[in-house]
Amino acid sequence: MNLIKLVYGYLRSRPLNTLLNILLLALGIAMITILLLFNKQLKQKISDNTKGIDLVVGAKGSPLQLILCNIFHIDFPTGNIKLTAADQLAKHRLVKNAIPMALGDSYQNFRIVGTNHAYAELYKAELAAGAWWSADFEVVIGSSVAESLSLILGSTFESAHGLSTDGHAHEESPFIVKGILKRTNSVLDNLILTNVSSIWKVHEEPGEGPRAGDSTHHTSVLVPSVSLSDSTREITSLLMKYRNPIAAIQLPRYINTQTNMQAASPSFEAARLFSILGVGMDALTAFAYVLIFISALSIFLALYNSLKERKYDLAIMRSMGASRLKLVMATQLEGVTLTVMGSLFGIGLGHGVLYLFSVWVEESQKAGISAAVFYPEEGYLLAGSFVLGILCSLIPSFQAYRTDIHKILAGN
Amino acid sequence: MIRTQSLTYAYPAEKEIFFNDLDVASGEQILLLGESGSGKTTLLHLLGGLLKSQHGSIEVNGTDLTKLSESELDRFRGKHYGFIFQRNHLMTALTVEQNLLMAPFLAGLRQSQERVEEVLEHLGVIEKRKSRIQDLSLGQAQRVAIARAVLNKPSVLLADEPTSALDDKNCDRVSDLLLSAALQNQATLIIATHDQRLKRKIHNLIQL
Repeated sequence: MNLIKLVYGYLRSRPLNTLLNILLLALGIAMITILLLFNKQLKQKISDNTKGIDLVVGAKGSPLQLILCNIFHIDFPTGNIKLTAADQLAKHRLVKNAIPMALGDSYQNFRIVGTNHAYAELYKAELAAGAWWSADFEVVIGSSVAESLSLILGSTFESAHGLSTDGHAHEESPFIVKGILKRTNSVLDNLILTNVSSIWKVHEEPGEGPRAGDSTHHTSVLVPSVSLSDSTREITSLLMKYRNPIAAIQLPRYINTQTNMQAASPSFEAARLFSILGVGMDALTAFAYVLIFISALSIFLALYNSLKERKYDLAIMRSMGASRLKLVMATQLEGVTLTVMGSLFGIGLGHGVLYLFSVWVEESQKAGISAAVFYPEEGYLLAGSFVLGILCSLIPSFQAYRTDIHKILAGN
Repeated sequence: MIRTQSLTYAYPAEKEIFFNDLDVASGEQILLLGESGSGKTTLLHLLGGLLKSQHGSIEVNGTDLTKLSESELDRFRGKHYGFIFQRNHLMTALTVEQNLLMAPFLAGLRQSQERVEEVLEHLGVIEKRKSRIQDLSLGQAQRVAIARAVLNKPSVLLADEPTSALDDKNCDRVSDLLLSAALQNQATLIIATHDQRLKRKIHNLIQL
């Protein structure tokens, strides 16, 4: 016999009560765990995906939309900008480099991005197989695209207009898979990359085409295959890196006031997005803490009431030689067992729910939210629940301490 | 072995109770008889160290109980006493065996399965070893309570109305078992009761 067996006996003698208390606490802890995992990973993903991009320039509209569309590939484009105007910006002395982005087509919900090889380098992408695209209609696909669509090197497919599956298919111009990327844990995993002119060609009406011989002297910086004077060409946006810190002050203001384009900073917009999401997260966190508080109260009441029922047990234990301290320890152990079990169960539940979420909800897969990650904060949750157990059993253990053996045993 | 001198006790706002000096030899079996309110439970609790005396001295096995601190008294109880009450006060959350093992655990003594079996065997409830307390009859429960009291081989067995709740047949069996358990474990037995049926078995009477 020992204290653990004794506490186990007590908990098992009221199975429903014990289960309810553990479940109640587990729900609160699970909510906090989910929020923690979600929040941390989302922040990590956002900072990973915006690394190396100081500014996004695109058509006027919502800056947040510009960022969501061109960096995270979840919203729709704000419109197009002229390639000539983009070219001028790319040559600006404050711009270190600029990457063109041409969006608008997709295949089976995966976006096709017309860009150059520098875009893949941003995320330090490496080829798992094949080669980089070199000609029109050659694509390099992200690892998730390859997996979920079972595409291999040499596979061909036709793109659909628009960013969802119901767009009409561009049947006349199939793409061919030239390379497959290794997993980068960034947006690249869900993208199909090609050159900008492929995107243009897909949308050209028959007869239309690059006007050869317009000018052969100067070609575009961003899309070398195009003459600089070709004013009909458009792209969706430019991803920029500043040359120096002064650019951070001057460039966005110059673009937003002097051109008909807009500039948006990914880090600023991401922070703004988080402050909007933050309200919801805060509300959920508050709710989780209310749940934990109620469960603590319920555990306290359960201990308090059961100690009243157990006054004979306590007195008889004292008569058999138990010290006051031993009774206090037994009571504390019971409280701590409940809270630590609740918290362990809650953390498991949180990870489990997030796992199901990541399996069932496609968007969370794309966002790269994983349930198999553990943070040190979960250790704090466990330690906190230990303290909570001690707090819940403080008054009941004082009751146990004060047990008046003579009064109870004489009161037949 | 148990000796009291000019022992008195007063409950708050009540008249002081005076107890005659006691001198009980080792292995003796004594009946404390008296009507309810006569102070026999008070005396029994004083002798068992469950109640701190206000005046006088109580010497048990050469130790003056009145001089012990609360935690010393806890340890002393664990080592020297076995208690039996009118109600069995078994812990319903535990099995019969676990209830019995609580005695050596709380007294800080070695826990022995063989001893548990030996005692249950002697008291005729060995087949209830793994049972839950709720599944015992009243007589069985009281026998388990006796088993728990004698498990540590205490030198003093104190019983407070052990048979009052039982019918004649069970009273007979329980008191026989109590006496034989005390004899077998060489314990001094003091029974406080108003149950006149016990007079037939124990002739050493102290009337309060």
